Amino acid sequence: MKSENDIGRVSVKNGRYKIKGKFHIIEPNTPIFDDNGKLCGITNPRDMTYIHSYGGEAIFFESLSKGKLMASRCDNPKCDSKDSIFMPFRIYCPDCLRKNTVIDITDIAKKTAMIHSFIITERSGAFNTLKKPIKFINVEFEDVCTIFMGYLTVGEPKIGMRVVPIFQTKKPTYTIMDISWVPIGTPESELPEGFTL
Amino acid sequence: MIKFSDKQLKIPKMARPVYLATSGMSRFGRAFPTLRTEELCIEALTEAADFIKMTPAELKQYIHTAYYGHFADHFGDQLLGEAVIHDRLGLDPLGTIGVKTGGATGGSTMWEAIKAVASGYSDCALAMGWERMDEVPTDEGNHLISCAADKDWETPLGHIYTGYYAVMAQRYWQIFGKAEDSFRKTMAEIAVKNRGYGRMNPYAHGGMKITVEDVINSPVVAYPLRVLDCCLMSVGAACGIICDEKTAYELTDNPLRIWIGAGSHTLRVADRRDMKIPLLPNEEPGLYDDLGKRFPGGDRYPGFSSFLAARIASYYAYNMTGVVDPCEDLDVIELHDAFTISDIQSYEDVGLRPYGEGRDYIESGDGYHTNPKTGKPGRLPSNLCGGLIGCMHAVGATGLMQIAEIGYHIWNRWAEIHGDEKKWKKFGREKPKDWTDLQVKGAKRGLTISHAGVGSHVTATILMHPNHLLKED
Ligand SMILES: [Zn+2]
Repeated sequence: MKSENDIGRVSVKNGRYKIKGKFHIIEPNTPIFDDNGKLCGITNPRDMTYIHSYGGEAIFFESLSKGKLMASRCDNPKCDSKDSIFMPFRIYCPDCLRKNTVIDITDIAKKTAMIHSFIITERSGAFNTLKKPIKFINVEFEDVCTIFMGYLTVGEPKIGMRVVPIFQTKKPTYTIMDISWVPIGTPESELPEGFTL
Repeated sequence: MIKFSDKQLKIPKMARPVYLATSGMSRFGRAFPTLRTEELCIEALTEAADFIKMTPAELKQYIHTAYYGHFADHFGDQLLGEAVIHDRLGLDPLGTIGVKTGGATGGSTMWEAIKAVASGYSDCALAMGWERMDEVPTDEGNHLISCAADKDWETPLGHIYTGYYAVMAQRYWQIFGKAEDSFRKTMAEIAVKNRGYGRMNPYAHGGMKITVEDVINSPVVAYPLRVLDCCLMSVGAACGIICDEKTAYELTDNPLRIWIGAGSHTLRVADRRDMKIPLLPNEEPGLYDDLGKRFPGGDRYPGFSSFLAARIASYYAYNMTGVVDPCEDLDVIELHDAFTISDIQSYEDVGLRPYGEGRDYIESGDGYHTNPKTGKPGRLPSNLCGGLIGCMHAVGATGLMQIAEIGYHIWNRWAEIHGDEKKWKKFGREKPKDWTDLQVKGAKRGLTISHAGVGSHVTATILMHPNHLLKED
């Protein structure tokens, strides 16, 4: 791990990115020999940090840190999909391409969220920070036309099970990991560290 | 979109007939520490030339444009890898382009080559695909594959694509499979079938003699999927040479007609909205009115249980070629069996069985070379090369390998390609003592499905012997 001072950090000044800290670490190549000691290749170490804009979705990720689930809705009276509520959040309506209205569906989620499907897996890729086994769940809400993908942190998932969102408000990562789900009725004391109802 | 206009549903038209003149493949394996990608691509192109008794140099004289499928730049740490291969094949200064559509890359590459010839732009085009998945450790490979999901909404969740995919399997398993032991067994039969066929294929690296019990007792990846339910991770290359009629008959006296349809659906399963089921030519309106009654929870389409992209690709391809009932009109098929359960899902998407009844294609014995129930030839055998489970899944090459394999059946040269002792030796593999000729006797028409991830891109390719078309041009 890099020291706190070495972590690559980015800010925006006058519409441009300003970077500070280490964005890559250089490690030497090492040779690969076959079982006869003959050279067949080389390793190419890479350690890089990307800089990524959330653009119009930033409000969604920022709201998670405040314990709110923001969706978006098409309000175009001329669109076939008027009143459709999208979660995952879509900046534009996929049908009329007009900018959607940002709406708060935290209450809808608390009252109607239900597991549509799920999967439990011991597997993960490099860079995973979720505890294993990971319990992926897909969450449907009343009046929302799409189905949100998230993860369950308490209990065992079942199709049709009622769940409520919990939010990483104490030490937000500002990523999708800041929202998780628990069975309805789970007391605050059972939530993972940093999460609140 | 959840409603489609007439203009969008227009049956694609090719301005002139298009032919597959020849195909070729490299050997496939989990890793090739002593081979560069270009060596595998040259192996595939040389095979394609050999197949029509030409030298690679002679065949290259005909090629006018080149289309290269290679899914993951990340894996090779080489952007513009297509330009490297194009140079090593000695095809500069011809026009060339790279194609990337995840697991459907091979099919999409063929889509480009076919359109180039159909339009008259080129009289002969090369479609070549490959993948190199052995140059990173497996967990980093899992991360790289997960980058093909939505990087903000999915990838941070475990960096594991299986997690985003398998939720669809779960839903199908519970709603349409009713979580029954008999359905679990049918899934396992697919793994047994495809791994068994893989044993007869010298190019394959996933052939295994296993039983249903072996599959059901293999380690869980993400319940209900177990290790033996899942496809391989592979390295290798495959290609096809696409021509207009005149050029095709200059290259060979036995070219095959080829058509292709393509479809898409959202990258995130999460974004799939409910819609009406688009019908295939063999489905009557009203067929699905009671689907939700027969399978409680199954009324949302495509929901988590179907692949709209596969349905739309089939809709285009069947209507282009006059296929009405694929089980009746086709002789052999190659499906994208990434997982046993997704293989069953796709039987429905491509119309082998109506939605909800996919399992019957296996349970009836229709999908086998020899129907295990009757001992007679299967009605519409699938994945006789072993498929993604038993042969390989070198992503960019997969769709092109499938097209080559269907070609070998219609050319009636399957045994020659797969049975040659010398080839088994050359690839360092032992030909099994019980090697069986899986040639589908009298095959005249076939289909291949090339499919990306959760179903973001799908192509449906149809091959026919020119004397056995279903529809006049
Ligand atoms: Zn709209």
